Amino acid sequence: MINEEIFHSVRLDEEKCKGCTHCIRHCPTEAIRVKQGKARIDEERCIDCGECIRICPNHAKYAQADSLEVIKNFSCAIALPAPAFYAQFKVGISLGKMLQGLLHLGFQEVFEVARGAEILAEEINRYLKKRWIATPVISSACPAVVRLIEVRFPSLIENLLPLDSPLGVAAKLARMQAMEKGYRPEEIGVFFITPCPAKVTESRQSGDGLGSIDGAISVANIYSRLVNIVGELEEPPSLSLASFRGIGWARSGGEQDSLEEGEYMAVDGIHQVISVLEKIEMGELRNVVYCEAQACVGGCIGGVLAVQNPFIAKVGINHLLKRYTEFRPIKEEEMEEWRRKGVFERKEIYQAKEVLKLDKDFKRALEKYQMIEKLLERLPGLDCGACGSPTCRALAEDIVREKAEEVDCPFMLQEQLRALVREVHALASKVPQTMAKKEE
Amino acid sequence: MEEDKVLVEIEREIVGGDFQSAGDVSGELKKVLQQVGFPPSFNRRVVIAAYEAEMNVVIHAYRGIFATEIYEDRVHIEVDDQGPGIPDLELAFQEGYSTAPPHIREMGFGAGYGLSNMKKCSDHLEIDTRIGEGTKVVMDFFLNPEK
Repeated sequence: MINEEIFHSVRLDEEKCKGCTHCIRHCPTEAIRVKQGKARIDEERCIDCGECIRICPNHAKYAQADSLEVIKNFSCAIALPAPAFYAQFKVGISLGKMLQGLLHLGFQEVFEVARGAEILAEEINRYLKKRWIATPVISSACPAVVRLIEVRFPSLIENLLPLDSPLGVAAKLARMQAMEKGYRPEEIGVFFITPCPAKVTESRQSGDGLGSIDGAISVANIYSRLVNIVGELEEPPSLSLASFRGIGWARSGGEQDSLEEGEYMAVDGIHQVISVLEKIEMGELRNVVYCEAQACVGGCIGGVLAVQNPFIAKVGINHLLKRYTEFRPIKEEEMEEWRRKGVFERKEIYQAKEVLKLDKDFKRALEKYQMIEKLLERLPGLDCGACGSPTCRALAEDIVREKAEEVDCPFMLQEQLRALVREVHALASKVPQTMAKKEE
Repeated sequence: MEEDKVLVEIEREIVGGDFQSAGDVSGELKKVLQQVGFPPSFNRRVVIAAYEAEMNVVIHAYRGIFATEIYEDRVHIEVDDQGPGIPDLELAFQEGYSTAPPHIREMGFGAGYGLSNMKKCSDHLEIDTRIGEGTKVVMDFFLNPEK
């Protein structure tokens, strides 16, 4: 089990990086700097949203996912396809065939994350009925949004849904099911078919309990192996359990469609998410009970590890929603048992990441803030990125954090050079007093 | 006891009816509080109250000045506007009471929680309002309110 302290799925290919500044200005948490001609990702700030992967013209950013080889280490490898996986294939291909395709690739079992989402939705309904919850409750399904809140909106942590993600729920149920079939815990490997890098990170941090996820394989990887054969596959009976309720979670708006009536909202695309979170933080939207927020445009179908354009993928999802209308009811006894076993519990409690603080010491932080304001008066305010920081303000912050120097700014460098030249010039015109001639 | 010194000052102008920039000043204040390292729960109540005060100017007044002083253990906010003033202050404090015209309510603003929210979130609130002249809101937030 890989469980690194700070693991990030978003990586840089040094060879391909040309040191341009597209990514630094696009990063929602200002986590990237260009140093010595290469982009550097600040691990503490990165939320794995994948924006830099999208924007990089040289394809130097990539998401590290697992290869399909890893499933061979387990005699019971279970595939957990994300709902967005279904949206990749041509309209008309049944869910049964897609899931059969996963078995064809070497998995022994499948468990749909869409089914996990349906079950989770029941628990969300129950949670939303509680009194004294901070509204709007913000969905915890998108790990990039959860990280964003921990990094940039710590005061909204109390609004985050304190339940596990559909992936976490599905992983636990899949493992329980396999154990009921007689597999020993060490024989079971749970693998997520992921549309996004943030979910790879979530998988890595799943620990080694019931909800452990042993690997995350990209949707793109699986798609490329199945695209040409999936249509020909035999369709086994009753392989697919999920209905429109869970499948809809593939796209923005799907969560609220699976819940009981209520005042809900959905926002997608990281920059729109930020602007909505700003409003929530300022006390607006209190009448909204549940806010579904996804980092990618369109929701999970817009993930960078998916193949299909998200708007085209939505067409596919809409077809499936109409086709799979039969929801398999969930018994309250089952829910009770799952609750008891901790199926809905999050392993990691949300934690404010204090990366925005200028200093641990309050007074030092204030001094640094004042230094930033002073520096800003002298910096050009062009936000050109030539210094390697995303904005002039970010450079000023980097300077007071001792991660950059004033002369990293080409304008400041030129100014200092000019001052130096003036001084040299003035010195050059001076002669020793013994040799000086009386001025005419 | 150390001397009570202003550590950061922010002063911004707010233009009545400028809904596009509405919230910018409160957003800026939030960033400062975060960077300096005030606790998230404290920042939240300052920002909610600041935003209400800022919005009141945008919705009701012609223009206003938003001034913040940040101290080691408190935040002081003054929002001074030129506007119509509040005709019945007591009524304005009631939740759900609003004098915002319908076209502004349609935009989702002016729900009538402004003053009561400001009162809830701040530790000290003073309102000086003059009909036909304007309103001045003064708020204080203490890091340790019980002191």
